[in-house]
Amino acid sequence: MALSSRHLLGIEGMPEQEITEIMDTATRFLEVLERPIKKVPTLQGKTIVNLFFESSTRTRISFELAERRLSADVINFSADASSVRKGETLKDTARNIEAMKVDMVVIRHSAAGSPHFLSKVVNANVINAGDGSHEHPTQALLDMLTIRQKLGKLKGVRVCIVGDISHSRVALSNIYGLRAMGAHVSVCGPKTLIPREIEKLGVTVYHRLDEAIESADVLNVLRIQLERQDRSFFPTLREYRQYFGVTKERVAAAKKEIVIMHPGPINRDVELSADVADSGASVILDQVLNGVAVRMAILYLLGAGN
Amino acid sequence: MNYHLKNGRIVDPASKIDKTADILIVDGVIEKIGQKLSIGADGETIDLKGIVVAPGFIDMHVHFREPGQEHKETIATGSRAAAEGGFTAVCCMPNTNPAIDDPSIISEINKKAASSGVPVDVYVIAAVTKGRQGKELAPMMELADAGALAFTDDGAPVENAEVMRRALEYASMIGKPIIQHAEDVSLTRGGAMNEGSVSTALGMPSMPPVAEEIIVERDLTLSTYAGAAYHVAHISTRGAIEAVRRAKKGGASVTCEVTPHHFALSDEEVRSFDTNTKMNPPLRTKDDIEAAIEGLRDGTIDVIASDHAPHSYDEKQVEFAYAPFGIVGLETAVGLAFTELLYHKVLTLAQIIQKFSINPRKILHLPQLRIKEGETANLTFLDPKFEWKVDVEKFHSKSKNSPFHGRKMKGKAIGIFNKGILHLGSREDAG
Repeated sequence: MALSSRHLLGIEGMPEQEITEIMDTATRFLEVLERPIKKVPTLQGKTIVNLFFESSTRTRISFELAERRLSADVINFSADASSVRKGETLKDTARNIEAMKVDMVVIRHSAAGSPHFLSKVVNANVINAGDGSHEHPTQALLDMLTIRQKLGKLKGVRVCIVGDISHSRVALSNIYGLRAMGAHVSVCGPKTLIPREIEKLGVTVYHRLDEAIESADVLNVLRIQLERQDRSFFPTLREYRQYFGVTKERVAAAKKEIVIMHPGPINRDVELSADVADSGASVILDQVLNGVAVRMAILYLLGAGN
Repeated sequence: MNYHLKNGRIVDPASKIDKTADILIVDGVIEKIGQKLSIGADGETIDLKGIVVAPGFIDMHVHFREPGQEHKETIATGSRAAAEGGFTAVCCMPNTNPAIDDPSIISEINKKAASSGVPVDVYVIAAVTKGRQGKELAPMMELADAGALAFTDDGAPVENAEVMRRALEYASMIGKPIIQHAEDVSLTRGGAMNEGSVSTALGMPSMPPVAEEIIVERDLTLSTYAGAAYHVAHISTRGAIEAVRRAKKGGASVTCEVTPHHFALSDEEVRSFDTNTKMNPPLRTKDDIEAAIEGLRDGTIDVIASDHAPHSYDEKQVEFAYAPFGIVGLETAVGLAFTELLYHKVLTLAQIIQKFSINPRKILHLPQLRIKEGETANLTFLDPKFEWKVDVEKFHSKSKNSPFHGRKMKGKAIGIFNKGILHLGSREDAG
């Protein structure tokens, strides 16, 4: 089955059966990743460019690994979006690269909607690897796959996303995907980091972490972006840790196992204490492996249509 | 050239006239209005059956980009767009490069306007502060003597309350209004669209409606204190409209304008990530549109002005966050007013004429236009029944940045008469 769109721009609007199809395909690729020889010829002869206008280590490595496991030819282009702005436009950069006969473009950009814009000006398949604070679809897919592995289902599962929701592309994609799959989603963080009217996306809002944990099966803990502190969204890191940090004590108080997730990289002992991050309830490293499999699935499902 | 305008429907609300009659224009002056008139051999007869003849429309908020950004628009191309859009006059905003903060720039603009080739009066609204920097007052008396009708730092607000106070006091001394681009920039920093459920769904940096309302409320207090006339440019939020309504009831000397895009489009449009949905103030919510409609209906909103803001194709072909704010509007304003207001029974034809001609001229202290014998002919011709589809490629503006491309409209300005010259636009399926 091919996907209904030629591009993966976001999870918003993606039907349940498509999300399931991607997760099922990813599960099959997980088996490939367990083999001694982890490479398949699926995308042999295809060329993929990773256009990263914002620094990223793990997402870029994960995509690149997925591309190479599928035998695609890979080009990496990294640039600080602000320096690119002074010279060539995104449109020109992309068209120049496409003129070299590229089949797929993976784009990470600090501006929301950049992949959508790109998909209108190039013919290649466009995959969103994170656009501003908008979407990060492969992250949501790998998060959902990880929850499904751990709990056997998504329908009815209660997931709480904790931290800086306002500036998170992970939160939005997770909200769209989990809601489509029938999960209950809540968000928890200081009011200054929760965007207005988020309830309209069908989520519950908490400002007290203990209450949020009590009504959750899964905590997806977001990275607090220290570099945003020039605009004061909360007083101090100490205060943040004290009231919104996921610690062993808080999790233990729930008196049930809570699955702990984090998209990485972790600020240890800020949003997530080290003992929780490394505990048996943590599936953070499963997320990393699933990330490669999910990206292989996406590349396969989009590339197969060409 | 003398003209015999035959069978037009003359609508002149200021003179309480709405009748079908012929008009004879001799040397640019209305010589006779009556039935079955005729003109000598040297005159031209134009049949205006089904066409409304209204006092000339003025767009009191346009950006013609000259001097400094002539690749977007010039006085000549902007004037042409105005003529095609049905405007016999426009007011240029001062955020040019350099800003219009010196009389010499006004005389340059007047020179360019005189050779635009279309009979459009190009007026200037000058900067409040030097270089639009918000610090020192521009030489308002000199600027007024050079022709400036009002003062604004549009594109940016006058942020500092003391500067605003002094500007209001100084301008009131010479009987000129201060026009404010109401935006508390400390609340809008980095924002690209309205803050609300749509910006949340798109993860887009946003500008809260209160950023506009805070400045409007402050300025209403200041302008009352200073005894000055205050005009809110491109009002866009329910809160701001309600503040103006309250102030008017209290007798304040306050007026405001709304753009067609703020009553025709909501922030839902931004979901397309089309950079032609990016403007400042941003497209607001459906509730704000309702407030604008109510404000137009009850007279809280005095004027419809386009905020015509041309940008080149390439400037808008970028990431949403990097695109400049603004859209062109001169050639769609009248069509949108008819389609969205007249045909949705928000405003009558006479009220539309008030908001495009009578009220803005009153605010700017320009002489009122009358369609009467002995008056100078300054006219806009409107075809209320004309159905057309917007095609930006047919715009006469140098720039084509419009979110209305492809939109169906009913009602269009088909020409103007001013300075003794008849300018008939195309009545094709065009902009």
